[in-house]
Amino acid sequence: MADMPIGERRHLAPPAVETGALGWTRKHLFSSWGNGITTVVLIGAIGWVLWWFLDWAVFTANFSATAGSECRGQGACWALIRDKFRLIFFGTYPYEQQWRPLFAMAAMLAMLVLSADRRMWNWRLAVIWGVGSFITFLLMFGQIHIPFTLLALVSLAVGAGGLALRKGIAQPQELNGYRALAAVGAAWLALRIVGLLPAWSIPIAPFDYVETSLWGGLPVTMILATYGLAFAFPYGVLLALGRRSNLPLIKSLCVGFIELIRGVPLISLLIMASVMLPLFLPSGVTIDKFLRAQVAVILFAGAYIAEIIRGGLQSLPKGQFEAADALGLNYVQKTSFIILPQALRVVIPPLINTFIGFFKDTSLVLIIGIFDFLGAANQALVDPAWAGYPGEVYLFAAFVYFCFCYSMSRYSKYLEVELNKGTRR
Amino acid sequence: MAVGTLGAAPRPRVAPWNDPVVRGWAFQIVVVGLVGLLAWYLVTNTMTNLERQKIASGYHYLGREAGFEIGDSMIPYSPADTYARAILVGLINTLKVSILGIIMATILGTMIGVGRLSNNWLLAKICEWYVEAFRNVPLLLWLFLFYKLISEAFPGPRQAIGLFWHSVYLSNRGVYFPVPMGDPVYKWMGLAFLVGIAGAIALHRWARRRQDTTGQPFPSVSAGFGVALGLPILVWLLGGAPHHMSWPELKGFNFDGGSVIQPEFTALLAGLVLYTSAFVAEIVRSGILALHKGQSEAAMALGLSKGQAMRLVLLPQALRVIVPPMTSQYLNITKNSSLAIAIGYPDLVASINVTINQTGQAIENILIIMAAYLSVSLSISAFMNWYNKRIALRER
Repeated sequence: MADMPIGERRHLAPPAVETGALGWTRKHLFSSWGNGITTVVLIGAIGWVLWWFLDWAVFTANFSATAGSECRGQGACWALIRDKFRLIFFGTYPYEQQWRPLFAMAAMLAMLVLSADRRMWNWRLAVIWGVGSFITFLLMFGQIHIPFTLLALVSLAVGAGGLALRKGIAQPQELNGYRALAAVGAAWLALRIVGLLPAWSIPIAPFDYVETSLWGGLPVTMILATYGLAFAFPYGVLLALGRRSNLPLIKSLCVGFIELIRGVPLISLLIMASVMLPLFLPSGVTIDKFLRAQVAVILFAGAYIAEIIRGGLQSLPKGQFEAADALGLNYVQKTSFIILPQALRVVIPPLINTFIGFFKDTSLVLIIGIFDFLGAANQALVDPAWAGYPGEVYLFAAFVYFCFCYSMSRYSKYLEVELNKGTRR
Repeated sequence: MAVGTLGAAPRPRVAPWNDPVVRGWAFQIVVVGLVGLLAWYLVTNTMTNLERQKIASGYHYLGREAGFEIGDSMIPYSPADTYARAILVGLINTLKVSILGIIMATILGTMIGVGRLSNNWLLAKICEWYVEAFRNVPLLLWLFLFYKLISEAFPGPRQAIGLFWHSVYLSNRGVYFPVPMGDPVYKWMGLAFLVGIAGAIALHRWARRRQDTTGQPFPSVSAGFGVALGLPILVWLLGGAPHHMSWPELKGFNFDGGSVIQPEFTALLAGLVLYTSAFVAEIVRSGILALHKGQSEAAMALGLSKGQAMRLVLLPQALRVIVPPMTSQYLNITKNSSLAIAIGYPDLVASINVTINQTGQAIENILIIMAAYLSVSLSISAFMNWYNKRIALRER
C-alpha cells in the first residue's frame, strides 16, 4: 500500500478493539494483567458495598414510621428525617414562623448565586448584597431598627472614601459632593457623641421579633459563613496590605496578629469569645452569643484571607507598583485601581476554597451552644421517641453539606479556568 | 520647582506634612496609639470585671487538686493530682493523636493521591469520589458519625465481636487487643532499636561517601532497615524469646487484661485521618502532576530503573511542590484535634475547658491553650521549614 499515491490509499477503519466502548474498556480497565485483576476486584467490592447500602437505604428502609420503635429490625429509618426535617433545617425558630428563615435562605442563596456571575462584578454587587442582606435580616429578626448614627457613619465613609479615591481625577463638583457627605456624617456623629442628638432610628417592623438565641439550623450556618467572610474580606485585605507595608510598626502588628490567629485552633477562639469577651466589655454591656461567635469567625477568617491575598500581592511584578507611582497616584488610588484588581483576580479561586472551609468550620459553633445546621441535627437525635438512629440523621446532614460544598468547589474550578483564559496558551 | 540640578539630585525640600517619611511615622504612631488605646480599654474593663466578680488571677490554681477524672491517660493520673498535671495529660493526648494522625494521613493520602493518577479508570474514579466525599463534609460531622456508630452500632462487652480467633474484640467500650506481658527483655529491645537506627544512619552516610568518591552504589536503604529491625529481633532471641501475652478476657461486665483503645480515640483518629487524607491526596496529586513528563523520560533514557527514577529523580522534585502545603495540613491536623472536646476525648482543650468551668479563670487558661498550640505549631513549621530547605532546589 505504501507505493500507492497518497490520494488513492484506502482508508481503513481502526481495529474494533481499539475504539468505541470495547477499546475504551481495554485501555482504561484491562490494559495489563495487574490492571485487569484490580478492575475485577474493585467491581466485586463496589457491587458488594452498593448492594449492602441499597438494601439498607432503600429496599428495607422505613419511610413511614411514626416512632423509632417501628423501625426496629429494618433498614434505614428515613421516617425520622421526615418527622424532624423542620427541626434540622430551622432549629428552635418558632414553628409557625418558619417560613421566614426559609425565605431568608432563599434570599441568601439568590444573593450568592447572583454574586457568582461575573457580569455582576461591579457596582451591582453592592446593590445585590445590600438588598439581599436587608431581606435576610428583616426576615430573620422580623424587626429592624436602623439608627441614624449608622446612616451618618455610612455617609462619612462614602465621603472620605470618595475623596481619597477620586482626588486629582474627578471634577471639583464631585469632590465637593464628597466633602459635603463627609462633613454631614462627621457633624452628625460628633453631635451624637457629645449627646446633643437623641438616638433616632427608623423602625421597620412588619413581623414579630425573634431573638438570635432562637435561631437555628441551616440559616445560622449560612449567615455565619457568608457574613463571616464578607466582613473578614476587607479586614483581610487591610491585614495583607499591612503585612506587605514598608512601615515597620504596622508590619509587625499585622504579622503578629496573623501568625497568632493562624497558630491556634478555631475552638480556642470560640471559647475565648464565649467566656472572655464578656470580661472585656464594661459591666452592663452584653453582646449576644450569636454575635460573639460571628466576631470570632470574622477574626479567624481575616487572618486566613490575609495570607491568601498576600499570595496575590506577591505574584504582581514590581513594575506595576512603580508604574502606578510614576503616574502620580497616591497610595489609596494605587492600591485600589492598580494593585488590588490584579491581585484579587489571582486569588478568587483560593478565596472560594476558604469560603468552603469556613462553611464547614462554622459547625464548631455548636460547641459553644449555638444551634447551627449540625447542632440542630444533633438536637433531632435527642428525642427519645427516635433514639438509636444517628446514622440516618448524620448522613442526611452530610448530604446537605456536600451539596453546598461540592457545588462551590465546582464553581471555583470553573472560575480558575475562566479567569486564566487570557494567560493560557 | 527648580529644574536644572539633574546630576546631584538633592533631596527635595517639602513641607513636613508632605514628606513621606514623616507621614509614614505619623500614620504608624496613630495606628499603634489606637491599638494601644483599645488594649488599655479592654484591660481596664477586664480588671474591674474580675474584681467585681471576685475572680482570682494568676496561676496559683495550677498547684491545686483538679478533682476530675480523665478517661485516657498515657501518664499516671488520678483526680487527686493537680490541675497542672491534668493539663499535661491533655497536652500529651493532643500530641498523641496529632502525631498518629499525621503519620497515618500521610500514608493514606499518598496512596489515594497516587490512586487518582492510576491507569485504571475505576480506581481513579473511586479515589476521586473518596476525596470529594471527605473534603466536602465538615470534620465535626464525621467525628459525630464515627463516634455514634461505634458507641451505638457495636455491641456491649458481653456480646463483643471477636476477630482473629478471638484475640481482638470490638465493643462499644472500645477495641480490646492482646499485648505482650512486661518483660525486662523489651527494654533492651527498645535500646537495640535506637542503636539500630543510629547504625542505619551511619551506614547510609558511609554508603553515600563511598558512592561520591568511588561511584560504587550500596543498597543502604534496605540494609538500614535490616539493621534497625534485625538488632531488636536478635536481642529478643538472645533474651530467650519471651512470648507471654496478656489476652483480653471477659470478666463480669467488662474485659480484663490486654489493652484497650477508647471509642472516643478511635473516632477522633479515624475522623482526622480520613478527612485530612483527602486534602493530602490532592496535594500529592498536584505535586506529581507538576512534574514535566521529560523528567521521567530523561531518567529512563539514562538507564535508571523505575524505582531509581522515582527515588532519585521524580520524588525529590515532587517533594519541593508537596512539602509547603503539606506543612499546613500537618498544622491543621494538630489544630483540628481540638475537636476532640465535641465527642468527649480528653485532649488539651477538653482538660482546659473543665479547668475553666471549675476555677472560673478563663484568661489564664486560654493563654495556656494559645501558648501550647502556638509552640506545637511553631515547632512543626520549624521542622518542616528545615526539611523544605534541605530538599529545596540548590541554585548555583
